[in-house]
Amino acid sequence: MMEKEGIDTGAKAEELAQRQRSISIAEFFEKNRHLLGFDNKRKAILTAVKEAVDNSLDACEEARVLPEIIVSLTEFSEDRYHLVVEDNGPGIVKQQIPQVFARLLYGSKFHTRRQARGQQGLGISAAILYAQLTTGKPARITSRTSPRKPAHHYELRIDVQKNAPEILKEEEVTWDKEHGTKIEMELEATYLKGMQSVDEYLKETAIVNPHATIIYTTPKAEQIIYSRATEKLPELPKEIKPHPYGVEIGLLIRMLSSTTSRTLQAFLMNEFSRVGTETAKDICANAAILPTQKPSEITREQSEKLVAGIKATRIIAPPTDCISPIGEVLLETGLKKEVAAEFYCSATRPPAVYRGNPFQIEVGIAYGGQLPQDQPATILRFANKVPLLYQQGACGITEAITETNWKPYGLQQSGSSIPNGQTVILVHMASVWVPFTSEAKEALAHYPEIIKEIKLALQECGRKLSIYVNKKHYAERQLERANLFEAYIPEVAESLAAITGTAKAALLQKLESTLKKDEIQAQLEVRIQEVEDDMRLPLKAILEEDGEGEEHKLQIKKREQQKKLK
Amino acid sequence: MTGKEKTAAKEKIVQLGKKLVGDINLGTNPTIDVPVRSLSNVSFDTKSKTLVLGNKKSKRFFFNIGHVRKFVQTIEIAKIAKILLEAGKHASLRDVYYMAKRTIPGTSINIVDEQPETDNAIEDLELITDMSREQIHLNANKMGSVAGKVIIEDKGDTIDWSKLGSGGWSIPSNVEEIEFKKVTGQYIIYMEKAAVWERLHEDKFWEKQNCIIMSSQGQTTRGVRRLLQRLHSEHNLPVYVLTDFDSYGIYIYSVIKFGSIGLAHMAESLAIPSVMFLGITADDINNYDLKKHFIKMKDVDIARLKQIADYDWFKNNKAWQRQFKMMKDFGSKVEIQALSSKGITFISDTYLPEKIRKKDFID
Repeated sequence: MMEKEGIDTGAKAEELAQRQRSISIAEFFEKNRHLLGFDNKRKAILTAVKEAVDNSLDACEEARVLPEIIVSLTEFSEDRYHLVVEDNGPGIVKQQIPQVFARLLYGSKFHTRRQARGQQGLGISAAILYAQLTTGKPARITSRTSPRKPAHHYELRIDVQKNAPEILKEEEVTWDKEHGTKIEMELEATYLKGMQSVDEYLKETAIVNPHATIIYTTPKAEQIIYSRATEKLPELPKEIKPHPYGVEIGLLIRMLSSTTSRTLQAFLMNEFSRVGTETAKDICANAAILPTQKPSEITREQSEKLVAGIKATRIIAPPTDCISPIGEVLLETGLKKEVAAEFYCSATRPPAVYRGNPFQIEVGIAYGGQLPQDQPATILRFANKVPLLYQQGACGITEAITETNWKPYGLQQSGSSIPNGQTVILVHMASVWVPFTSEAKEALAHYPEIIKEIKLALQECGRKLSIYVNKKHYAERQLERANLFEAYIPEVAESLAAITGTAKAALLQKLESTLKKDEIQAQLEVRIQEVEDDMRLPLKAILEEDGEGEEHKLQIKKREQQKKLK
Repeated sequence: MTGKEKTAAKEKIVQLGKKLVGDINLGTNPTIDVPVRSLSNVSFDTKSKTLVLGNKKSKRFFFNIGHVRKFVQTIEIAKIAKILLEAGKHASLRDVYYMAKRTIPGTSINIVDEQPETDNAIEDLELITDMSREQIHLNANKMGSVAGKVIIEDKGDTIDWSKLGSGGWSIPSNVEEIEFKKVTGQYIIYMEKAAVWERLHEDKFWEKQNCIIMSSQGQTTRGVRRLLQRLHSEHNLPVYVLTDFDSYGIYIYSVIKFGSIGLAHMAESLAIPSVMFLGITADDINNYDLKKHFIKMKDVDIARLKQIADYDWFKNNKAWQRQFKMMKDFGSKVEIQALSSKGITFISDTYLPEKIRKKDFID
């Protein structure tokens, strides 16, 4: 057919081959900056701050240092800003500095299976590349690892074609910080306030990182200090090997080719978590491959069989000590610090697993007080302690919130929508690997296992909320009643005085003492205390579906009976 | 009203007040016992053939979110009644409403919002004190007319019901102190509609037939019922009732004859058990060819009809059950004025004289 049409296909292929070459990731980014969160000027400034602050927090926690992060934005001209982020972390050794900041996909976290804010080693170098592309200015990095060592200062650019650092300046400087890292860049940006602003991002970061102090100077030269509310550093998450259930064929083939293990059985036992001798043998049997086969000799077809074999084998869930949740107490502390409400509650679910990846869901709710009325609840979404500010509608967290029935918990809700009323709902997912819908890390993917866990956490927290809301309403009704009678008392006293000739003052005084408004008010306070007692109940009754709180009610009843006995 | 009665009424009110002061001094929830005024506490006394109120009482508490408003209204009315009695003045229901209507200082609570609230409180007070509202100096609006060969004396004035022009005598709410000087009329026709009364009055029906015609717009007011009852009992005049052929017309008849559910406690002085229903009957519709003036019954009409048919005092009355069944079968009602289609004076010249001559009534 081809020859009939007279085209020399061989020559064409040769011609194409001359134009075909690998594109560097940096070049790819240049054309696809939206994939990493640099779609527009407003978002760009937020993403740059976020990448720098996330790295600082990760570094501080790893070095077991209480983070103190200084963020400063200065407006140079309209839509051109100077950004400085400085931390008191462990610093970066001299020769790594250019690689870490001026090479995309260079990092320590991609190959480990441990909970961390950053994942791919893409973010901060992407920010520097963005700055370079929009202003042409290099990034300036200062870092010091110890008071006994000098501070190093670099001016760096990224060679886009090679995806390699280009060092413009390299010098030792004096720096008053004992250890830490400071990054400066100039970038094209727009600064606005609101739900998707740098201000909001830092505030939310402060909520879920109550152990961090963040000092922020806005472009308007206002200084906002988010102070530390606890001296307790979160547990350092442990690194784990991948769980067999989470492995896909591509990764498996790569692991088989790079392993040092000499047999398939040893490979399975060394490279995966939860695989012992018996399990390894079971997998081999289910895949119909000899346990003694060399990993490097396993064919593609056999790899496929191996994946099927893994699926057919019962393997215990991965260990979950690799996750570091915020914890119920600190979550409430964080909310109390930055959200002016009257009631706070939180719930942390036990760890669960999706596709071999352990994860844990936490929910915090703030209610009432100065929160605005008659508006949809404010949703604060977090993944590994990083606020998610974009794509709320596309996020699995939002799906779980709207699919939860909030009416039993005392909030208004029309159909499957975000509940209404003076409420802030905070959802945090901690995991060794958070599944996002895109590389911009803006929304959680909709895995049924994750949605289910979020819903359970929402329900658990919702029950605590309902105890408060219902008691509050009860107490309010009591007070309303008392106020009503109080209003009528003078009228009754007046009429009865006119009818019978009894002194009005005496009737007034008698009726008011019968009303006992003071006691009702006192009762009100006792009741709020009771809510807090109720909340300390072990909530065993957290079942799969809504409205199954019978066991919980039973427990409350039991407790009340015990109280009476005492 | 005599001075003695006045003191008795005042005494009853003071008694109520003292009871409540006692409650307050004991630190208990102040309560008023109010006899229940609903069908559940009303029964038909076959002996007297009137409705009688049972012994059911409801407690009205001050410290009760659902009662407090009515409680306050009740003693507010008691206070107003006492003031009126002491001053020797009478007030209309509307006056009382305005005397009670005000906002409690420093709140947005009104003692009363609508007149039916004070009207209800007055009826409650009647039951609580066992006094009629006339006895506690509260008068309803006058809403009735009468004409006929009767001469009366009212507050020293002599009034001839046959010489009052086109409007007739308008019936006051309190007819207790009227004195009948000369009664020539032989019977009374009471009609539901003022328009029909005007028709008969213009035709000088009462003169031609030597009778008395009386009406009040819509539901029969207490003054009108009392006047009917006094003429009936003091001068032995038969009373005939003329209403539309519908469930409401029949209830108007029922109230005049047996007493009303709401005022069952006053049935003794208001009910006239010998009253007869003149029309419009289902048979009239057939005899006078009124089917072409049918008005379709609505769902509420049908529901009300069923309710009335189930009342104790109609349940075993075959003549009435026949009427009810026919009304239900027609599925329609007919107004008195439908008779005008036969000629404007057909009602005075033909219909009424024929009915009365034939004694075509329902008991």
